Amino acid sequence: MRGLPPVLITAIVLVAGFALCAMQFPNIASTRVVGNLLTDNAFLGIVATGMTFVIISGGIDLSVGSVIGFTTVFVALAIERWGVPPLVAFVAILALSAAFGAAMGAVIHVFDLPPFIVTLAGMFLARGASFLLSTESVPITAPVYSTVSDFALRMPGGGRLTAVAIIMLVIVIGGALLLHLTRFGANVYALGGNRATASLMGVAVGKMTIKIYMLSSLLAGIAGIVFSFYTSAGYSLSAVGVELDTIAAVVIGGTLLTGGQGSVIGTFLGVLIQGLIQTYINFDGTLSSWWTKIATGVLLFAFIALQQGLVALARRPVAKSMGAAS
Amino acid sequence: MTALLPRRGLAQILALIVILAVDRVVSPQFFDLRLQDGRLFGSLIDVLNRGTPVALLSLGMVLVIATRGIDLSVGAVMAICGAIAASLADSHGLPIVLAAALGAGLVCGLWNGFLVAVLGMQPIVGTLILMVAGRGIAQLITEGRIVTFSSPDLVWLGNGSVLGLPVPVVIALGMLIITGAVVRGSALGLLIEATGGNARASELAGVGTRAMILAVYVWCSVCAALAGVIAAADIMGADANNAGLWLELDAILAVVIGGTSLFGGRFSLVLAVLGALIIQTMNTGILLSGYPPEFNLLVKAVVVLAVLLLQSPKFSGLAGIAARLRRTKA
Repeated sequence: MRGLPPVLITAIVLVAGFALCAMQFPNIASTRVVGNLLTDNAFLGIVATGMTFVIISGGIDLSVGSVIGFTTVFVALAIERWGVPPLVAFVAILALSAAFGAAMGAVIHVFDLPPFIVTLAGMFLARGASFLLSTESVPITAPVYSTVSDFALRMPGGGRLTAVAIIMLVIVIGGALLLHLTRFGANVYALGGNRATASLMGVAVGKMTIKIYMLSSLLAGIAGIVFSFYTSAGYSLSAVGVELDTIAAVVIGGTLLTGGQGSVIGTFLGVLIQGLIQTYINFDGTLSSWWTKIATGVLLFAFIALQQGLVALARRPVAKSMGAAS
Repeated sequence: MTALLPRRGLAQILALIVILAVDRVVSPQFFDLRLQDGRLFGSLIDVLNRGTPVALLSLGMVLVIATRGIDLSVGAVMAICGAIAASLADSHGLPIVLAAALGAGLVCGLWNGFLVAVLGMQPIVGTLILMVAGRGIAQLITEGRIVTFSSPDLVWLGNGSVLGLPVPVVIALGMLIITGAVVRGSALGLLIEATGGNARASELAGVGTRAMILAVYVWCSVCAALAGVIAAADIMGADANNAGLWLELDAILAVVIGGTSLFGGRFSLVLAVLGALIIQTMNTGILLSGYPPEFNLLVKAVVVLAVLLLQSPKFSGLAGIAARLRRTKA
């Protein structure tokens, strides 16, 4: 049951936070608000799922925000200017982002470089490339977009479960299954626990690293498409700073930033907590949006401090038994 | 003084000369300097002036990186301190404004240092907290507006000149000399390198590693505070959203270009500042050549990758890659 206690704490924070918000503004506890919460944070949930894999494996991916931005611009230009059918554009951009992630993973592994700095270069590269494509916001008018935006499942109480929310939920569930039930997922944990040990145990470290960053970039590409559904436009400055929100969501979700522990479900809860803070601020009306950043910072601190404490607790008995043996 | 300018600086100096030469080709007036109203003007001075914030940041960042750390919060600290300076500028004298802004920087540094040195958090994680929350705090100070001021004292700090040189350049130079004197004039630099090289061994050898780590984060934030004040003084206002945005990345890039390894240990202050100048010379060159400034990001990405590959322990010429490929095929 690895990583369960932090996830439980995240769940308790979410439920308690939701209860507090609902006490102050009873309207929050409606399926409409919950539906909007899922829709507004759909792209964040998708990237955060990919980021969870990367962080559990002991890495970090700073390029996801830029990949989202590039995807929105590429899709918008492909559909509107180059006359490519939307589906072909989607397949092309997903292949492109997967290749981009694979390249980053390969550089990290082959040259033994810190993931932080390689993905930083990737972040510059993807953002720069999207600026080169277009610096203006390109509206998307393809009929597919209005169909997808209009599609929604009715929930009891008048809430709408939109198409992008459904995509997000499917990816979160798929990600959770991939991480917790497959050999690939077990290898991700092994890599984050200890690279050398994992390699000795027969995990193909190089292939895994490439696959993990490929997955993260691929999901960032999907998040970019979802983002373009959400805004019906492509803009090179969209999703700036999303990498930080994503990392925050993953950490609040109880994933250890040093790797080896964590869960996709926790990340999903972390995304919902961030969304809840935003919703509360919208309901309040007098608070400004920068309180979101401060509240996120405070939560980050609380969860990291908690992890630090848990890790210290976990290490103590090991140190003692080693002392007894020698 | 040999410690300040080691032989390994040759590559950086050559790179700077090459980029300057390219700039000269792009813009024939690049090296023109003229004296007007007791102040020098020209592209070279512009490079120095524009490069000041990143140079200041890299001065602190290089020490942090030497201890095997990283400080992601410098951009946010710039925003906070710029906001404080701007909101106090019209009601208080320059000494109080500076004291308040640098004091805030000190507090930010203590916070980061506390998280990393005392609580033992990973530096990238510990400083991420202030990076996320800091911009919110800065907006709290400016109340979400762009605070402008007209205090001539503070404006002088960003736009004045001393002996023909812009004040920011003089300040950066002064900080470089002070930091160099303190760090290299005593055993401090050696102790910082020891901490980064192997914290546990240094601890056992009697180095106060916690104090070292705390000190470098404090110094890094103070440098960032100064950079924030200068950036605010330059535009006569504080923009909590954009002040210092992405500059942490430029500062890290400057340190990496300066040849300091991200894995801690050996560092060079002068080369880090030189790295900042290289970045700014590229930026200015791209601007002068008429390419859109967005092109900067692409160029920077390529430069980061190139420098990293050269630094990588696994990279010993193309032969290394070839051998590796042959091995994986076999």
